[in-house]
Amino acid sequence: MEYLPNIFFALALALGFGFFAMNIRKLSRNIKLGKDVNRKDRKPERLKNMMMIALGQSKMIKRPFSGFLHIIVYVGFIIINIEVLEIIIDGLFGTHRVFQGVLGNGFYAFLIGFFEILAALVFVAVVIFWLRRNVSNIKRFLSKEMKGWPKSDGNNILYFEMVLMSLFLVMNATDTVFQQAGIGNPISQFIEPLFDSFSPESIHMIERSAWWIHILGILVFLNYLYYSKHLHILLAFPNTYFANLNPKGQFNNLESVTTEVKLMMDPDADPYAMPAEGAEEVVPEKFGASDVADLHWVQLLNAYTCTECGRCTSACPANLTGKELSPRKIMMDTRDRLEEVGRNIDANKGVFVDDGKQLLNDYISPEELWACTSCNACVEECPVNIDPLSIILDMRRYLVMEESAAPQELNMMMTNIENNGAPWQYNQQDRLNWKDEE
Amino acid sequence: MIVPTMAEMMAQGKQPEVLFWVGAAGSYDDRAKKISRAFVKILHQANVDFAVLGTEESSTGDAAKRAGNEFLFQMQAMMNIEVLNGYEVKKIVTCDPHSFNTLKNEYPELGGKYEVFHHTQFIQNLISEGRLKIDDTTLKGKRVTFHDPCYLGRANDVYESPRELIKRLGVNLTEMKRNKSTALCCGAGGAQMFKDAEKGDKEVNVLRTEDALETKPQIIATGCPYCNTMMTDGIKFKEKEAEVEVKDIAELIAEANNL
Repeated sequence: MEYLPNIFFALALALGFGFFAMNIRKLSRNIKLGKDVNRKDRKPERLKNMMMIALGQSKMIKRPFSGFLHIIVYVGFIIINIEVLEIIIDGLFGTHRVFQGVLGNGFYAFLIGFFEILAALVFVAVVIFWLRRNVSNIKRFLSKEMKGWPKSDGNNILYFEMVLMSLFLVMNATDTVFQQAGIGNPISQFIEPLFDSFSPESIHMIERSAWWIHILGILVFLNYLYYSKHLHILLAFPNTYFANLNPKGQFNNLESVTTEVKLMMDPDADPYAMPAEGAEEVVPEKFGASDVADLHWVQLLNAYTCTECGRCTSACPANLTGKELSPRKIMMDTRDRLEEVGRNIDANKGVFVDDGKQLLNDYISPEELWACTSCNACVEECPVNIDPLSIILDMRRYLVMEESAAPQELNMMMTNIENNGAPWQYNQQDRLNWKDEE
Repeated sequence: MIVPTMAEMMAQGKQPEVLFWVGAAGSYDDRAKKISRAFVKILHQANVDFAVLGTEESSTGDAAKRAGNEFLFQMQAMMNIEVLNGYEVKKIVTCDPHSFNTLKNEYPELGGKYEVFHHTQFIQNLISEGRLKIDDTTLKGKRVTFHDPCYLGRANDVYESPRELIKRLGVNLTEMKRNKSTALCCGAGGAQMFKDAEKGDKEVNVLRTEDALETKPQIIATGCPYCNTMMTDGIKFKEKEAEVEVKDIAELIAEANNL
């Protein structure tokens, strides 16, 4: 009977991590639905990006106030894991504050004291975040794509963190032995008097409850990640590692198009040539993207990494002038559609069955796509190097090359380029006239 | 104005130091043509041996690519590359950040590898090589603000060379609240120049002009023919033509040096 808590603990741990692992596999499968793109080169540069941007938060601090608060919560999250490790060992082996003996009183006091201060700071930061989201009128939190789940998701995360931090401090405050030792309790010593009127048994009960709810809460939170924008705490790392390293203005040259254009321009090519006998019928590739499977895997990883902070949208010239386009919505739509495709595959034993929907039109409208000036402000702003512009461009490519659905004026512009070598209707022979005009 | 072509150069058996890629705007747009001429005057003053493609130049395909027409872009690119490689061009300078970006970043994969300069970078090199001086008395004390073109700034991280040149004019350079990597687009990029904007509550160029007007400038300096048009339209919209001029950096230098 005395091992019952340990067994229960091990079971909860296995269940929590098992379910999480299952979802991570689903996540990885969904990302792999995307096309291949080579992002395995230039390893030192990639590693540096990850260290600076994900680990070092270098892009977060461009907006100093939210950046500073975010760093508190981030450091709190990283450091608190040492405490979680102690809880796991204690839970599995029935020990109590096992690190105290291992690390010695002095160092242990320093560590736990540091955690307590961080926990308190995180609590304050999270409360300010909540106020920013719910009380102050910050435009990027009020956009229409932030209604419903995205809004409650943001708040859920904050509630979770408030509760977890409170439980950690209450757990320390009601640990009578720990309080009596008077080491490493810079915050909890002020919470302890709240429980003065309780019997020692009740205080112990509270301590045990806080301990259990704290660790179970962490396991629940871990599994909440997959369903939440909070997934960024894990994916920010691969996302910055695999991010585009080329100049932002450099758009990829579609290889499938190169082959066709070369053939078109080759004077020796036989336009009536039949494929060689027995040669496999080559299915022409779709140009551009109309659904998530037409995007490459880094674009899909981007979608899962997006924290919906809206820094991209708040810098987007189209959005600032009231147009439909919001780069954040492009990323949220991509993730929503990808999740839908994933559920479809799960429901149909591993194969996608056409559901008559796609990313284009059902999620993202051509109006949004045509409003983009390709200025790269969204790409520049993203604290974790997401590239909404690449998705917009790939979808424009589909509209133009597969559907011939460009706005009329753009069709005129393109006809002019084709016929006159300029976007305007001028004769190419007049191209040097400017030198004689004054 | 003497503007030699590559074909003429070749006929004389000469290879110029640099090819001036004029671009469609610089060739046909009345406003942008003035920028082309100003830049040529600077090249002449610095005794730069240059040539243009003239009637052999064609659209880089930038607008087509950004509108999503990769076919048209690559056809244009391959035709241009054939011409450029035929003349064994090594070095290119252009006043158009869109041509700059496309030639520099998107042509190499298709077989067109050149050393490409924006005219502000090129002029800066001329100065550091001692081939050109800027007279800092003509425009002395004027209040100037610089609008970063997206395809020069964010797209290619060129923020300093235009500013260095402006400072050499002896003017008073003030920054807009959104500048360098956080600069606001003029509204013309991504082929928007050639179509009406989507429904919204304001035009992008008007918002950007408001950014500029907040600095109370006498001159808005630009480094892109499209930005120039957009900002000029914005100034007209705000009815500030009497107080504020929109000028390319090449035009300002030509003016300062009395060319």
